[in-house]
Amino acid sequence: MSGGAHEPAAGLKLYHPPMSLWWWLERRAYFKIVVRELTSLFVGAFAVVTLLQIRAVGDGPEPYAAFAAMLGSPAFITFSVVAFLAVLFHALTWFPLVPTTIVLRVGEQRVPGNIIAGAHFAGWLIVSVVVAYILLRG
Amino acid sequence: MAKRTLTPFWWFLMGAGGMVSAMLFPVHVLLFGLAFPLGWFEAPAYESLHALVAHPITRLYLFVFIFLPLFHAAHRIRYTVYDLFRVQPSMHQPIAVVCYGAATAGTIAAAYTLLTIS
Repeated sequence: MSGGAHEPAAGLKLYHPPMSLWWWLERRAYFKIVVRELTSLFVGAFAVVTLLQIRAVGDGPEPYAAFAAMLGSPAFITFSVVAFLAVLFHALTWFPLVPTTIVLRVGEQRVPGNIIAGAHFAGWLIVSVVVAYILLRG
Repeated sequence: MAKRTLTPFWWFLMGAGGMVSAMLFPVHVLLFGLAFPLGWFEAPAYESLHALVAHPITRLYLFVFIFLPLFHAAHRIRYTVYDLFRVQPSMHQPIAVVCYGAATAGTIAAAYTLLTIS
């Protein structure tokens, strides 16, 4: 993304104002954005855990039992607590952002953003209940 | 004319993966990461879990569950690394290649696993 228009003329150096490596700690809003973006570390990690779990299911009952035991280890429970808080924060910050990317119109009227966000929160609840029902029905 | 870039494509995958992970990950992490290991609820028996995973619709579900969130994470990690570590522009492309490369590798592994699981 090096823009040619911003290249300095030959022999000149661009002035970069000093900026701390800790810029994201200087304001609450910056910090929140960085935390929000870092939740994706746990999204990626849990996607990998799920893939390994599927492999364990495919490998047979004993490998799966070993995998389930590993999920119950203190280290993994710690991971899951942090991962749960991270994906929860991700969901709680994601749905309010959806109206900035989706513009819905009914006739001439634009659907208000809080209705779009609210519909996503309701959908989240329904989807979660359905997934839990499928896994808990025994 | 403006140079075409892949940015909208990566951004689309980031958005789709953000939606999938926001909708589905909390309940999955809560159940598989905490509720089942800690015995809050009885975990599904191996046979029923195996039958569930082997079903074609579940395989498709799990592929989407892994593929899109991996690209969501790759995209967000890429730009967060740029910003947090104040990365020089010359290093931007290698970091992007590592991020999307890892997501692509995970996607291929997921497709292989879900197609070959017996």
